[in-house]
Amino acid sequence: MTPRSSAHRPSRVGPAAAPGHHAGHLDVDALLDDLRTGIIVCCGSGGVGKTTTSAALALRAAERGRKVVVLTIDPARRLAQSMGIEELDNTPRPVKDVAGSGRLDAMMLDMKRTFDEVVLSQASPEKAQQILANPFYIALSSSFAGTQEYMAMEKLGQIHRDAQADGSYDLIVVDTPPSRSALDFLDAPERLSSFLDGRFVRLLLAPAKGPARLMTAGLSLITNALTRILGAQFLKDLQTFVTALDTVFGGFRQRAQQTYSLLKADGTAFLVIAAPEADALREAEYFVERLSEDDMPLAGLVVNRASPEPGGELSADEAMAAAQRLRRTGDGALTAGLLRLHADRVRMVERERTLRDRFATAHPQVATTVVPALAGDVHDLDGLRRVGDLLARRH
Amino acid sequence: MSDWPKVRLHVVTGKGGTGKSTVASALALALATRGKNVLLCEVEGRQGIARMFDVDPLPYQERRLTTGLPDDDGGRGVVHALHIDAESALLEYLSMYYRLGRAGKALDRFGVIEFATTIAPGVRDVLLTGKVYEAVQRNSRNKSAIEYDAVVLDAPPTGRITPFLNVSNELAGLAKVGPIKAQSDTMMTLFRSPRTAVHLVTVLEEMPVQETADGIAELRAARLPVGGVVVNQVRPRDLDADDLAAARAGTLDRARIEADLVEGGIAVSPALVDGLLAEAADHAERRALEDSQRRLVAGLDVPSYELPRMAGGIDLGGLYELAGHLREQGMA
Repeated sequence: MTPRSSAHRPSRVGPAAAPGHHAGHLDVDALLDDLRTGIIVCCGSGGVGKTTTSAALALRAAERGRKVVVLTIDPARRLAQSMGIEELDNTPRPVKDVAGSGRLDAMMLDMKRTFDEVVLSQASPEKAQQILANPFYIALSSSFAGTQEYMAMEKLGQIHRDAQADGSYDLIVVDTPPSRSALDFLDAPERLSSFLDGRFVRLLLAPAKGPARLMTAGLSLITNALTRILGAQFLKDLQTFVTALDTVFGGFRQRAQQTYSLLKADGTAFLVIAAPEADALREAEYFVERLSEDDMPLAGLVVNRASPEPGGELSADEAMAAAQRLRRTGDGALTAGLLRLHADRVRMVERERTLRDRFATAHPQVATTVVPALAGDVHDLDGLRRVGDLLARRH
Repeated sequence: MSDWPKVRLHVVTGKGGTGKSTVASALALALATRGKNVLLCEVEGRQGIARMFDVDPLPYQERRLTTGLPDDDGGRGVVHALHIDAESALLEYLSMYYRLGRAGKALDRFGVIEFATTIAPGVRDVLLTGKVYEAVQRNSRNKSAIEYDAVVLDAPPTGRITPFLNVSNELAGLAKVGPIKAQSDTMMTLFRSPRTAVHLVTVLEEMPVQETADGIAELRAARLPVGGVVVNQVRPRDLDADDLAAARAGTLDRARIEADLVEGGIAVSPALVDGLLAEAADHAERRALEDSQRRLVAGLDVPSYELPRMAGGIDLGGLYELAGHLREQGMA
């Protein structure tokens, strides 16, 4: 085993790393302009602006000359419309009105269709139809838990292979599903293996052959129990499903392994997206640690939706004290209101800064960029350009 | 007094980042009036309740968490907490309903439990909701268990809530007959009854409000009872409508503000006044956006409740404060 580089071990840094000595600003333009950057994966918890960030990065890269495709999961309707991808057809479509010499394609992930395509490409037509019609397959391929992550990575692998072959893109930006399980794809090869090699599946596949016969007594106990609880049809469907999928899984596992290697390679950059709130930053820590554990190339942290810096030097306490004095005199309701707003903003900004500093102390190697909250939602290319400017801005 | 007197199961959902766990916790505190027992459940493995109430990570076991928000006369009930995970729920279910004995152990040994809870889709949701159902609808099988007056579920986000609760639909293709089918039908009867309410948490921004509207439509299509909309993180209202309009237009009376500041004992500098005016303009713009979103929320035709943004973050005291707002507005 090769020792991991110390740069990848954030949380184990001892007292030698003094607070405040961290990697500093994330240079977004340098990342986008570096032709070695082939894949950018944005991950983070829900509601932190992942999709908008992905789209803004992709547009900025395209307008700086790259050939970009952005793979989004669930964009807001108007943003999707403005990018011309409101139709879920699993194919990258060119985005109009992109300035400069580069170009941008966008697509929205169709989880079920991606899954179906994998099955169709791996199994004989007859077998494939059998799988596609199985109730377990239908539930698995259309339920959200876990499948979306696999399929996002499957699609990434596909696009990457195609792009390598025909040179269609030199940068792929991937948005990930909004959950902690967004990193489940890191475990995909392992989970698929443990699924296939799991004893239960082995039993279902070959109940009466070889060494499994020794377990037959145990098996009949199980099948009887399951039949009692779930009904006989359930077990039959399950058996059909597992048997059918067994033929496909070899290829599936291999692809998952390839995608995993691709993610680990130097051309990939992971960005963790967060908001300056305790929960979101805790999730960000989880992502940073998980990525570091797997030696995934983490490029940095994007803190979205930061409260705008207050103007002037007046502290929250001074502002509140003055507001109270004004209220007592009865006049100056407007000014008292302004002072209270100011105090509120100073407090928010201070709290957010404390949270960010704590994160930086615990993870000194993670370069960070902070994006102030916009007043409204982003739903056109100009809005995305504005976000792109803010992402790349030096503080 | 409460808008939801018949409701025993309060399901709290919301788009990520809107504060649904905070609202679920505050609602549990608000419901725990004198002599009442309230159960607060979470199902997503995040241990959010433990963090919010600053206690050790919760096991798969009902624990006394804290006391509720005091009534006017100081009486308060008890809030209990439960962290539900699918694997434990399945084992408990099997031992409660089937005396499986050796077979139960065999299921575990052959990886069936793990298989059922991680791979088999839909089963997971059924196990989680099944435990919630059991807590609401205590029966003789669970001896000496507390009978709760209300159960609050910190549920999966808006995008997933309808399939999550629509258990018989999720299982429809998989278990067509048998006891599981019968039980999921019984669960649906509760979830669709007036004893359940699905509340949606939002903030006054375009995407969360849109998602709330979509969520309500989906719940209604699945005949699941929509509760209230909780509008969270509402900005302070320190300026009246005229001042807001002037702030937006940049016509606030600068000389007047300077004079007031001096009177308030503040050393006035042009930079300070510029800053305050810029903040006012920014605030006014956001308030206008909030107002337009608030009109959309009002058009959803469900009761709505508002909670203020807490500038300093939310600690335990903050949760009680939010609980107070919910009770005052009749949500509890």
